[in-house]
Amino acid sequence: MVEALLFFAPASLIIIGALIVIFAKNPVHNAMGLVMTLVSLAIIYITLNATFVAMVQMLVYAGAVMTLFLFVIMMIGVDKKEQTTDSIKGQTFLVSGVFLILISLLAYVAISSDFKWDLWFPPVEFDAEGTPQLIAGALFTEWIFPFEIISLLLIVATAAAIALAYDTKKRNSNA
Amino acid sequence: MILRNEIVMLEVTTDWYLTLAAILFSIGFIGMMIRKNALIMFMCIELMLNAVNLTFISASKHFGQVDGQVFVFFVLVVAAAEVVVGLAIIVSIFRKQSSASVDVLNVSRG
Repeated sequence: MVEALLFFAPASLIIIGALIVIFAKNPVHNAMGLVMTLVSLAIIYITLNATFVAMVQMLVYAGAVMTLFLFVIMMIGVDKKEQTTDSIKGQTFLVSGVFLILISLLAYVAISSDFKWDLWFPPVEFDAEGTPQLIAGALFTEWIFPFEIISLLLIVATAAAIALAYDTKKRNSNA
Repeated sequence: MILRNEIVMLEVTTDWYLTLAAILFSIGFIGMMIRKNALIMFMCIELMLNAVNLTFISASKHFGQVDGQVFVFFVLVVAAAEVVVGLAIIVSIFRKQSSASVDVLNVSRG
């Protein structure tokens, strides 16, 4: 019973937060909805024994990424009105139609299989907690090559962000 | 009596997590399609990435393997890098067009 509560409370918060993200008008509210979703997801990760990932989720997503989003909202301004006219006639209607068809297909498959998706293996009994030690053991032995590539990617992304955000014209006129 | 038993036996299985991830992904997809502000679209991409992360974590728990969590770690790093570059692009577009709407973007030269 507690287990079900630990699933449903964060799950409802996740869905409410996601709906805030897509329907709120003020970008700051959207960002706060995203924070709600991310923090609730971290709770779900803890219930799924992924402690390290939950902490990283809080630090990287709910911390760093959201701060970056808020900074950009600050630079761009929150009072800009979003234009709502369609550039292609009826594009919102068309997209909703296509999406409804896809979702009803998914729902049909889920309901007709009685929500018991074929997962090939039954769940294992033993479950290790995803501590930093366990993650690092896999990360630095089996996954060392992807890890190196990821570090390269981060350096490239940092350099690219600086190059993109650097306002050459303004800098030259100031000098 | 049977109903009472079922309520007591209410067990959270992997399917529930997968369903939640599917719903989250769908919400992100809808947002991606109906919003025109580039920032909001970015947040919707984050929603979809998180939905995928949730499937990885639940599969990791289901199979008792740590590889899923390692992969989520990679997805997190790639998402962070993607946000950094994407937001820099949005800021530089905003400087030129003074709008963050994706509909006014009709030139690809800088």
